[in-house]
Amino acid sequence: MDLGPHAAYIWASYAVVAIVLAGLVAWLIADGRHQQRLLDELDARGVKRRPGPPRHQG
Amino acid sequence: MQTLTQRLANPTRFMALSGQLLPWISVLAGVLIAVGLYMGFTAPLDYQQGHAAKIMYVHVPAAWLAMLGYAVVAGSSFGLLVFRHPLADVSAKSAALVGAVFTFLCLVTGSLWGRPMWGAFWTWDPRLTSVLILFFLYLGLIALRSSIDDEGLAANLTAVLGIVGIVILPVIRFSVNWNSIHQAPSVSRLGAPTIHPSLLWPLLAMAAGMLALFVALHIKAMRNEILRRRVKALRLAEVQAATSLAEAAE
Repeated sequence: MDLGPHAAYIWASYAVVAIVLAGLVAWLIADGRHQQRLLDELDARGVKRRPGPPRHQG
Repeated sequence: MQTLTQRLANPTRFMALSGQLLPWISVLAGVLIAVGLYMGFTAPLDYQQGHAAKIMYVHVPAAWLAMLGYAVVAGSSFGLLVFRHPLADVSAKSAALVGAVFTFLCLVTGSLWGRPMWGAFWTWDPRLTSVLILFFLYLGLIALRSSIDDEGLAANLTAVLGIVGIVILPVIRFSVNWNSIHQAPSVSRLGAPTIHPSLLWPLLAMAAGMLALFVALHIKAMRNEILRRRVKALRLAEVQAATSLAEAAE
């Protein structure tokens, strides 16, 4: 595809957008998996959040 | 009758609903961006800028989303400070990261357009400078939060900065009127857009695709943050339980 004399600037713009957004997507997916794994490990160890104070009845 | 925001105030309910929506929004983003790219690269040449106008199809949506991101930060900060909405801080923190990325892309693609069109990568023009300040505001929000260990205090202080910083949005909007060489709005203006439909439709398709991507990234970042806070709460509970056991044994 011939993009004229400014082709380098056009391709560079699209490349930067693609690389940065792909990097953000990859990091978010990896971070989500990491947090889920940590949560599963805690769950496997039987860790539960402390129950809150009893609610007022009536 | 609960409003949508009240129903979503429960993180567990938010996780369930967002887990169902996220794949669809991601697919929508991919399809719209693919259509926008095809339309953009087959659009007729701009009579002044030639092929370089194609940079606008990523630069303009990035600029809009940079500002939208900050509006989400400020709105969420307001939701935290005024309504103490349980997910408001999660939303503000997530939007700051995504907004900073789109602001960075706006600045870089603007620079790459400016070199062939203006003859310089950068000039201290009111529009460019105000967007750079927006980028520094995002970095300031992220740095402030990460510098404070107390999560509640960090949320409150970041929210105050987030609300005060919204002053940058009208400054960016009207900066083109202040002796700026930057092009005045040609789409988001009162009356009809001044851009030809053959160039406008690819831009709108890319903007819609990148907006869907922004929403997907924001939701994903929020989901990660909710998981991170659950992990932190469980670790704290584990330590507290161990401490209680040790004290009982003594």
